[in-house]
Amino acid sequence: MVERPFDRLRKVPGQYWMLVLMWIRSALAYPASFVFMVGSSMLITVLDFVVIVIMFNHIKSFGGFSLGEMALLYATASMTLGIADLFTGSIERVGERIRTGSMDVYLIRPVPAFVQAAADQFALRRIGRPLQAGVVLVFAFSHLEVDWTVAKGIMLALSMVVGGIIFAAIFVLGASFQFVAIDSAELANAFTYGGQTLTQYPLSVFGKDIVRAVTFVVPLAFVNYYPVLYVLGKPAPLGLPSWIGLLSPAVAVAMVALASLAWRGGLRRYRSTGS
Amino acid sequence: MGVYWAIGVRSFRRFSTYRIATASGAFTNTVFGFILCGIYLTLWHERPGLGGYDVSDALTFVWLQQGLLMPIGIFGATTTVELGERVRSGEIAVDLYRPTHLMLWWLSVDLGRAMFQLIVRGGAPLLVGAFVFDLKFPSGALTWLAIALGLVLGILVSFGLRYLVALSGFWITDSRGTEHLALVLSLFFSGTVLPLVVFPGWIGDFARATPWAATLQVPIDIWLGRNPGGVGAALLFQLGWIVVLLLIGQLATSFATLKVVIQGG
Repeated sequence: MVERPFDRLRKVPGQYWMLVLMWIRSALAYPASFVFMVGSSMLITVLDFVVIVIMFNHIKSFGGFSLGEMALLYATASMTLGIADLFTGSIERVGERIRTGSMDVYLIRPVPAFVQAAADQFALRRIGRPLQAGVVLVFAFSHLEVDWTVAKGIMLALSMVVGGIIFAAIFVLGASFQFVAIDSAELANAFTYGGQTLTQYPLSVFGKDIVRAVTFVVPLAFVNYYPVLYVLGKPAPLGLPSWIGLLSPAVAVAMVALASLAWRGGLRRYRSTGS
Repeated sequence: MGVYWAIGVRSFRRFSTYRIATASGAFTNTVFGFILCGIYLTLWHERPGLGGYDVSDALTFVWLQQGLLMPIGIFGATTTVELGERVRSGEIAVDLYRPTHLMLWWLSVDLGRAMFQLIVRGGAPLLVGAFVFDLKFPSGALTWLAIALGLVLGILVSFGLRYLVALSGFWITDSRGTEHLALVLSLFFSGTVLPLVVFPGWIGDFARATPWAATLQVPIDIWLGRNPGGVGAALLFQLGWIVVLLLIGQLATSFATLKVVIQGG
């Protein structure tokens, strides 16, 4: 029976899930270590927010944002990166596999290489970040006075998914670049973890050039900044329309297209080590 | 002694072969430098003189910190992570029957790595930062000497901590959990997430007394000339932690070799 492309796509979630379960079982083989890792992952992200609280111990507002508004920005940035990191963060490990040639195994198994790379060493401990972001989100809601409308609710919910997809695309782009420049794993961190740090803060404090860069070059502003501005009823910078956050899904689609092209191109370039 | 020098030199050379990793790391440090500068400029604009730093201190702090993260090993370092892996995989057996001291061997490996990363990429973010912002540079040979000393001591304190973390694998088999926990403490108490001078009240006093403060905050304060008790006290503080940590490290090494169980086969 000839397998059609659509059939292959339909199998992907099941295949991904199987690999994920396998890696979770393998992590549980060292229980003490696993408990430490989940605990410390949550702690790391908690401390992230403690930093902002410490800042607000000294100041009343940061770039025109109150603590509650900052919490909303933080929660959305942390949630979206957390989701992307949980599902695709492992893909940065391909560099190691390209260097040692163990990428070969991916290519001979009957599962797309992308699925295997994304699930590689799946780290359940990374769930700590989205969980903590959820807690901060509740904190933000209790400190904010927003006139909720259906549009705002949809915008916020949508931005969580769309933002996660944009970050995931950046993870994949970074991994694809490693086919060209082996050992460049740290480069992607500038845009993923760097992007998260950046988007935790109101982007306008970084100046117009940065806002332009994260709107038109690396579209990090669409992850959460424009959607949050819309929810809070604040004007968008650079004279952009206030509904610009609605373009986020389109930006995500473009990023995914770019990432999948890059990944395919990278995979085609792969040469084993031959030793 | 000669053998440890040779190990250090080879470790230095080994890290010098990772060119793209070095370049992309320096790039990432620089991007983070700009992000943090944006944040700190806003913070110090709202509260001038926060924590006894002026704006130029705060910005210099950012660029020094970005250059020093890797050499000091704030996130953990390749070398001590490898040591932990060797404990887990059982390869540590090879290290143990070498006619060298386990801790000194890995100290030499780590110093070789640290010196490469310090010399080659330590100054790169600072250089970029200095083009864009008005940063503070120390003057006087004595200050430069104190800075160099403070940096080496900071690396030693960091090694002392990371060595203990790696050895924890002897007791719980897999040191990755402890590594992660150590990362949390290191990020928070070294001044990486926020300069320790900004920490309020007792938590600030506590943070500034931890060994992690001796790894990053103290050497940077020597550069800025902002050590609360002067440079001498700062260096003594670092030395004190080195003695404590290396003594515990020595003890842990003897205990570990007594109970060592080599896995695999």
